[in-house]
Amino acid sequence: MAELTLVEAINDCFHTELERDENVMVLGQDVGRAGGVFRATAGLLDRFGADRCVDTPLAEAGILGSAVGLCMAGWRPVCEMQYDAFSYPALDQLITHVGRYHWRTGGRMTFPLTIRMPYGGGVRAPELHDDSPETYYVHTPGVKVAIPSTPADAKGLLAAAIRDPDPVVVFEPKLHYRTMRGDVPEGDYVVPLGQARIAREGSDLTLVAYGSMVPLSEQAADALAGEASVEVLDIRTLKPLDEEALLASAAKTGRVVIVQEAPRVAGFGAELAAILAEKAMLDLRGPVVRVTGFDVPYPYWQIEDAYMPSVERVVDAARRLLRF
Amino acid sequence: MAQVAAAEPELRRVIGDGETVADGEVDGLSEADLVALYRDLVLLRTYDERSVVYHRQGRIGTYAIFWNHEAMQAGAAFALGDDDWIFPSYRESAIGLLRGMPAETILSWWRGHPAGWWNPADYNVASISVPIATHVPHAAGLAWGKKLRGEDACAIAFFGDGATSEGAFHEGANFAAVMRAPLVLLCNNNGWAISTPLSAQTRAEALVDKAVGYGMPGTRVDGADVLAVYEATREAVERARGGEGPSFIEAVTYRTAPHATADDPRVYIDLERVEAEKKRECVGRYEGYLRRLGVLSDEAVEEIRGDAADVMRTGIGAAEAESPADIGLVFEHAYVDPPPSLAADLADLRRILGGSSG
Ligand SMILES: Cc1ncc(C[n+]2csc(CCOP(=O)(O)OP(=O)(O)O)c2C)c(N)n1
Ligand SMILES: [Mg+2]
Repeated sequence: MAELTLVEAINDCFHTELERDENVMVLGQDVGRAGGVFRATAGLLDRFGADRCVDTPLAEAGILGSAVGLCMAGWRPVCEMQYDAFSYPALDQLITHVGRYHWRTGGRMTFPLTIRMPYGGGVRAPELHDDSPETYYVHTPGVKVAIPSTPADAKGLLAAAIRDPDPVVVFEPKLHYRTMRGDVPEGDYVVPLGQARIAREGSDLTLVAYGSMVPLSEQAADALAGEASVEVLDIRTLKPLDEEALLASAAKTGRVVIVQEAPRVAGFGAELAAILAEKAMLDLRGPVVRVTGFDVPYPYWQIEDAYMPSVERVVDAARRLLRF
Repeated sequence: MAQVAAAEPELRRVIGDGETVADGEVDGLSEADLVALYRDLVLLRTYDERSVVYHRQGRIGTYAIFWNHEAMQAGAAFALGDDDWIFPSYRESAIGLLRGMPAETILSWWRGHPAGWWNPADYNVASISVPIATHVPHAAGLAWGKKLRGEDACAIAFFGDGATSEGAFHEGANFAAVMRAPLVLLCNNNGWAISTPLSAQTRAEALVDKAVGYGMPGTRVDGADVLAVYEATREAVERARGGEGPSFIEAVTYRTAPHATADDPRVYIDLERVEAEKKRECVGRYEGYLRRLGVLSDEAVEEIRGDAADVMRTGIGAAEAESPADIGLVFEHAYVDPPPSLAADLADLRRILGGSSG
């Protein structure tokens, strides 16, 4: 075990995975010489060379589109999108090809590519450095999505993504890149896709979250200590979803609050709520409640805190639900 | 279709070096014009230098420094009429100053305060575009739309060398060419896209060569020579107004400052080149030119710098005097006619922040 920050854990994963499999390569803007604007890819260029850690032209559709072709040539490309909102030019490739190519070959060819990007707000940045775009990705058939909330999971889920035969998108909570430290297993370490994690055990109410909403939910659970025993379920992988863990926790507590940073309408929380409505209705003592961002562009940073789900908002939702 | 001349390969220059290279001149500029252009340069330089200080003092957030890019901004803007539209990237964030926009507005933008919003139609300056190259098609559309209405106005889009790799750049440039839109594409080639050098961005010998592929004329100018940029832009604007469609200008300079306040270029940049470029930075070069011409006195320089400093003092004062933005602004202006759920969300948020439980 080593104590690493979240972004150091990602860097550690890269060093391990590029060493382990000579077909893994990294491409993106400023990933080589500069080691990435957040230093997630630091040291890879020197260690593995310019063919396996590639500074690309400034073109997200080019990065992702060429990754499709690189897969056809036998590589396992890992694409960095420099920020959440700068991945949007690549959505065309994602939707029209990345999620469909395996299907289009009748399952004969695989596209084991990974897309990763820092996401989310709270970092006092100018416009379009704060988005939570997971819904666009998870809504795309053929594409898997993982969102870690701890340094160990950041390493383990990225390793799983890189090794997975399908395209996987990993969103990394940039708010916690350098502020969160934790024990990270050294060397080979995989957290399988599709397994949720109980971040905290409880019996009265479940807070369901992923990414940077997990530590926030844990704070809310602390704030509710003495009033209620709160479970925090970190779902970790949005697709494939660990439905069993979700339903088990709902059955145990009977009350579910979903915490999501992205705008509410048709966000991933809506999917979780629908699954609970379909499969856990009789286990629930009250409505499924969502605490989310709002249906507005992410605000300028002086008022971003009002947009982000806060401990107060989560506690308020939990208290209302606890009356049932 | 008329044949398009191959792009001019040499960097165009007007300003000499005061020693071996003689000064040229641009017709039609009076002494008053020359000094007015200097005023614009100094205003931008002062904005930029003060902003770096404000950032260090924690008075503005992350800031994209444009030191040594002032000449291409001021030179190009000087060739435009007030009805012509400017489409800036983050690198030209303060170009609105040249259209009478208060420094407060731009400083507020960098302070993450909604007082940084403006109506583009008030200044004919579009919003600051953060996603690279995405505003190029907007500029093409504005220019095309003005032409369709029979108006005389044209547009200029500023974007970087890195931006030429994006699909949006290609699509916007091609649209402008096909629609014969009165557009000036001004590429700020400062040699770098964050840590990525131009050599990793393109195999073209010069970015201006791309103009040929779009069927538009291209010019390559010294981007730190404000008069060369002015003259090239003036020609492009004349063509645009004459119904001849868009032009491409590659303004070559060198990024001597970090990409933005959060960047540390020491790991990738050539520091010797940075020092060399700093010695030929654009404001000092133009000042030397004007002094050699005898049109700029020490007193005038003092006064112009003093005025620019006043603009900044007033601007930061006003930006800091803004009352904290009300959280209601989170919910405003996403829609003209918002869905009712937004008002309910705001009411709920106010209740929670007010400490009452639901
Ligand atoms: C679509 C998109 N991708 C990535 C970024 C992140 N980014 C910000 S500035 C920059 C480099 C831009 O270089 P260039 O176009 O040369 O302009 P310069 O910054 O040098 O003025 C990058 C990659 C972005 N803003 N938008
Ligand atoms: Mg550049």
